[in-house]
Amino acid sequence: MIKRLARCIREYKWAALLSPICMVGEVAMEVLIPMVMAALIDRGIEVGDMSVVVKQGGLLALLSVCSLCFGVASAFLGSYASTGFARNLRHDMFYRVQTFDFSNIDKFSTSSIVTRLTSDVANLQMTFQMLIRMAFRCPVMLVLALVMAFRISPKLCVVYCIVLPLLAVVLFILIRMVRTIFDRVFRTYDKLNNVVQENLHGIRVVKSFVREDKECEKFTTVSDQIYRDFVKAERIMSVNNPAMQFAVYTCMIVISYLGAKLVIQSGNNEALGLTTGQLTSMFTYTSQILMGLMMLSMVFVMVTMSRAPLRRTHEILVEEPELHNPEAPVTEVADGSIDFDNVSFRYSKTADRDALSGVNLHIASGQTVGILGATGSSKSTLVQLIPRLYDVTEGSVKVGGVDVRDYDIESLRNAVSMVLQKNVLFSGTIKDNLRWGSPDATDEEMIRACRLACADDFIRTFPDGYDTRIEQGGTNVSGGQKQRLCIARALLKKPKILILDDSTSAVDTRTDAMIRKAFAEEIPDTTKLIIAQRVASVQDADLILVMDGGRVAAQGTHAELLKTSSIYREVYESQAKGGDEACPR
Amino acid sequence: MPPVKFSGDGRKAKNPKKTLGRLLGYLKPYRKVMIVVVVCILLTSVAQVAGSKSLEYIVEDFIRPMIGQSNPDFAPLIRFLFGMACVYLVGMVSSFLYNWLMVKVGQGTQKKIRDDMFTHMQTLPIRYFDTHPVGDLMSRYTSDIDTLRQMISQSIPQCISSIVTLVVVFLAMLITSPILTAVVIFTAFGILLVTKTVAAKSARFFVGQQRALGAVNGFVEEMIHGQRVVKVFCHEEASKEQFDVINEELRANACTAGSFSNMMGPVNNNLGYLQYTILAIIGGLLAIASGETLISLGGLASFMLLSRSFNMPIGQVSNQINAIVMALAGAERIFELMDQEPETDNGYVTLVNASIDENGVITECPEHTGHWAWKHPHQADGTVTYTELKGDITMYNVDFGYVPEKTVLHDISLYATPGQKIAFVGATGAGKTTITNLINRF
Repeated sequence: MIKRLARCIREYKWAALLSPICMVGEVAMEVLIPMVMAALIDRGIEVGDMSVVVKQGGLLALLSVCSLCFGVASAFLGSYASTGFARNLRHDMFYRVQTFDFSNIDKFSTSSIVTRLTSDVANLQMTFQMLIRMAFRCPVMLVLALVMAFRISPKLCVVYCIVLPLLAVVLFILIRMVRTIFDRVFRTYDKLNNVVQENLHGIRVVKSFVREDKECEKFTTVSDQIYRDFVKAERIMSVNNPAMQFAVYTCMIVISYLGAKLVIQSGNNEALGLTTGQLTSMFTYTSQILMGLMMLSMVFVMVTMSRAPLRRTHEILVEEPELHNPEAPVTEVADGSIDFDNVSFRYSKTADRDALSGVNLHIASGQTVGILGATGSSKSTLVQLIPRLYDVTEGSVKVGGVDVRDYDIESLRNAVSMVLQKNVLFSGTIKDNLRWGSPDATDEEMIRACRLACADDFIRTFPDGYDTRIEQGGTNVSGGQKQRLCIARALLKKPKILILDDSTSAVDTRTDAMIRKAFAEEIPDTTKLIIAQRVASVQDADLILVMDGGRVAAQGTHAELLKTSSIYREVYESQAKGGDEACPR
Repeated sequence: MPPVKFSGDGRKAKNPKKTLGRLLGYLKPYRKVMIVVVVCILLTSVAQVAGSKSLEYIVEDFIRPMIGQSNPDFAPLIRFLFGMACVYLVGMVSSFLYNWLMVKVGQGTQKKIRDDMFTHMQTLPIRYFDTHPVGDLMSRYTSDIDTLRQMISQSIPQCISSIVTLVVVFLAMLITSPILTAVVIFTAFGILLVTKTVAAKSARFFVGQQRALGAVNGFVEEMIHGQRVVKVFCHEEASKEQFDVINEELRANACTAGSFSNMMGPVNNNLGYLQYTILAIIGGLLAIASGETLISLGGLASFMLLSRSFNMPIGQVSNQINAIVMALAGAERIFELMDQEPETDNGYVTLVNASIDENGVITECPEHTGHWAWKHPHQADGTVTYTELKGDITMYNVDFGYVPEKTVLHDISLYATPGQKIAFVGATGAGKTTITNLINRF
């Protein structure tokens, strides 16, 4: 897992390596400086020797300039490497997501993918920076300070050998206790955000049903859970500081006593024992050692908290799409004929029943096909197999006489244009959105497509016309207008096959009829598949398919179906006659 | 810490003092606890300062006199160390206590603000939700509250502790040598100036970073939510190109901003060492030139150590200032939501469960009967009338517009009798949904 993510470091490798080296340089300076400070006091101020003061002072200034240079270099390198790493990680993940099929997207859910690309990457960036800075600084500082302390007086270092392991054990126990609680808290936070998002999206429903109090209750329950968990975790962590202080103070006191003895016994003679200056340095080194240990524990905490983001980003990076281009893909789509040969399909291998079973269809190029059926009868599933958004489980789907699996995916999808049930427009001008269909579309082509989709009229009523900006999610156009723009976008591809998945539901019947007439007159060679709820939308089709429970229950023209299919007859009658007899008072 | 989600546009708080005051108001229920906390912080800081001061005290007053003695008496030293241990103990206990207490204060305040925000949001009119994007409101619950929590539980205690340490050390320095204290103050100003310049230069990059982050996050959200459309239109390559541009912009801004914030530590530290050198030289000269009348050599030594404790809190406070500024900007956004006018509900007619007897007399009853009635307490004379819930609706000459300048409904009068089925037909945008919105008082 780490190896795969480490690949994201790439060109920032040298920065990532230099940063800890500079860190080490900085730390080395920081450890030498107390020595110089001690010398300054001992051999300069204590004896009133100004030359020593100036010399040591100069050395101190030099060392601190060095330390500053190292520090600034490390600051820059650390930031450069970690932001570069984050960029590459985001890049790899986004590119990987672009290769996903519908089934991969289904597996993760879009909001989870967004979180992984944003929050999780931010978390890993912070941890990476901490690793190449803190994680080097602390052990190095620890070791160097220990070495210096040892050089001054091995006897006094005995204290460290006792206190340090004790402190380490305490910190380790604390972290273990806190880890599980934090994991739980992260998941509860997700729940909280879900409640808020639900309420924000569905506020009209909440208000209509006067459920504000119940929703508030839901929220406060989750909020309470977070509160209790966090309080528990933070209370455990509040032992951290006092434990550290205990270690420091104990060391100070013991060293004071033992050091005092040494100094006095040796008569303030370095050769024999210890000088007062050296004792002062010992104090400084003590706090440096314990500080180092403390920061190391913080590094551990951060690394532990990054386990989940690490796993989640890795999952995206290794996810393989199921649909692949074949060895020698066909790039030309001959015509718009569609053949389903004994097709069965299920969404996942573990599903207990087929979404589609035993479908046999032959659609000639240029035909208009209507598809009707109750909700959940797999109409969308059927049409999604044609541009190869999913692969069949059994049988084969052929477009232009060639199995869809033999086509180059991009060529296939350029020839089969689909308007999805959920109409999504993106932020940008109307023209930008239309160009998704064809990047080099001229203005005339765009206007023609919009006229076909009966969108040209309302676009002209906007003050900026075709240059009107669409805000995120298309909130500044109505549902019907969005649908028509999506149809125009699909038309710009000049496809051999056009699939409309319930795309005129928000459009009134007159406009619906106008669109269908335009299709028949202007693009007669394009095979048109129209999924609809209204019989009126598909009445004039060359072929109508009635879907029921994943099977094609009946197929034929309007007249044929009225005679042969009871389902079709029922739907037609309930819609045509207005339901007076259907719903008795 | 919960998953970090940076958002917002990097705006600074417009009225930080007022927001701070309001925030502190949330701490009011914890008044007594806060007093204990402040006392504990004071004790901890005093213990720390006493600890560092005691070290040279030990050297000067205990060790030095005993050097050269044939049979030194360690008893006074041991007694002193014992006293120090007691002081340290008090410091430790205080530190634990204030950490323990602040947890509840920090989390409790955060929870209260969270709950208040949500409860208030439920009372807001639909108009507010139509005019504010979901992502914007979401970020108030996530990142804004989180920066607030950091401020309350970390920044504020850290600031208090640093200020206390600063004051105590300052007093100690003043007692030891006023002249040298002046030198320290002078150099401290110099350091602060440098730090402020660095911080000011970096502020621009921080704003840029926030903006770039917003752009990347917004793009990712939009593209991933519309990923199926991307696939259907083979728009992957164009999408990738757009992403690369904003991704690189984010990296550039974040790199510079990060470098600056990383730099603050080393800059502060090393300027402190330079200050130390200056102090040593000036102090040494003073001591020697004045023959130790202005300051003794021993005193100078202990002053030098004190000056180290002076520099650190300043660095800590300047670190926290940044966090506090960000938190206040977030708090302002939260309070803006809480200050929104809720839906006006001056209604006094309520819906109650009712039972209707054979004569058609309606009486209110507490249990669920399947019949409801409007309970109308007349303001004029105090009597109460009950009207059976039947569902007749009348509109008298209604004019309405979502925005005042553009009227959508003109002079609508209609009447629906109970049980009628009324159909509204018309082209898109004719006002059909608008009429139903009015019935429900959306």
